[in-house]
Amino acid sequence: MKHTIDIVINGQPRAVAQGATLLELLADLALDPRAVVVEHNRHIVRRPALADVRVAPGDAIELVHFVGGG
Amino acid sequence: MTTAVDLVQDTPFSVGGRTFQSRLMVGTGKYPDNDTMVRAIEASGAEIVTVAVRRVDLDRSKHSSVLHHLDPKRFFLLANTAGCYTATDAVRYARLAREAGFNDFVKLEVIGDEETLLPDVQGLLEAAKVLVKEGFKVLAYTNEDLVTALRLEDAGCAAVMPLASPIGSGLGLLNPFSVRTIKRRLRVPVVVDAGVGTASDACVTMEQGVDGILMNTAIAAARDPVAMGRAMRLAVEAGRAAFLAGRMPRREVALPSSPTEGMLD
Repeated sequence: MKHTIDIVINGQPRAVAQGATLLELLADLALDPRAVVVEHNRHIVRRPALADVRVAPGDAIELVHFVGGG
Repeated sequence: MTTAVDLVQDTPFSVGGRTFQSRLMVGTGKYPDNDTMVRAIEASGAEIVTVAVRRVDLDRSKHSSVLHHLDPKRFFLLANTAGCYTATDAVRYARLAREAGFNDFVKLEVIGDEETLLPDVQGLLEAAKVLVKEGFKVLAYTNEDLVTALRLEDAGCAAVMPLASPIGSGLGLLNPFSVRTIKRRLRVPVVVDAGVGTASDACVTMEQGVDGILMNTAIAAARDPVAMGRAMRLAVEAGRAAFLAGRMPRREVALPSSPTEGMLD
């Protein structure tokens, strides 16, 4: 069994695979990397760098997109 | 298509180095469904549409993004910082929006009061300065205060957006004098944002000479949003045309329109 670590995604605690990259995280969530913007511990991670950043225990990740608004 | 505005030789609306044919900008929130939203926006003729930055819903469909319904090649997406109560939050949302990759325009909102959603002008100026320095084209939602508008212009905002009345209130243009004064004194475009309730409000607002209007609820919350989208397009064109035509002076006494000579004995 894979080791997991606890992180927070969009305010919800989640257990994810240890050493997972942000790109793998998006794939697990079935999210298209072109359709979301990723903020990792308050820093925006650009799309090309998503495969280079690995999550660590306690990380806070925000996944945002555009919704209807005025 | 020939419109009234074409006949009075208007110039196109330019903001932040971009040029648009329509002076009406519309929001994408609060529609009963996405199909109605798209048809209402089409009927309004708007080219600039606003969107908000929010968390992806991890438990539901991945199709909740508004971009599934609006083609970014067809519409100019203007991200807002709605819901932000501090300069820091507004800057954070603006950066996320820019990263989404469409343009470096942002409709900057820093709200200061929950009940009225009136802007926190101190936070607004602070955020505007940071974002302008980072290369954003800032369209700043503000109240109808001339001094704040001047400071936003000095801060490098691409446009200043005074309110007609509070967001979502539909009360119409409460202070035409202030909006006119702001328009007269600023060099950057003045776009009235928020408070328009129906077509006559939009028309009166455009008659003040402002460069454009941004609205959302007036169309989205109409009984028939598509019909109201069309009404707003016509009202904005009519108001703009009337402004360019130059209205007659107001007078306190009547002046007959028919000749006073040639009356029968």
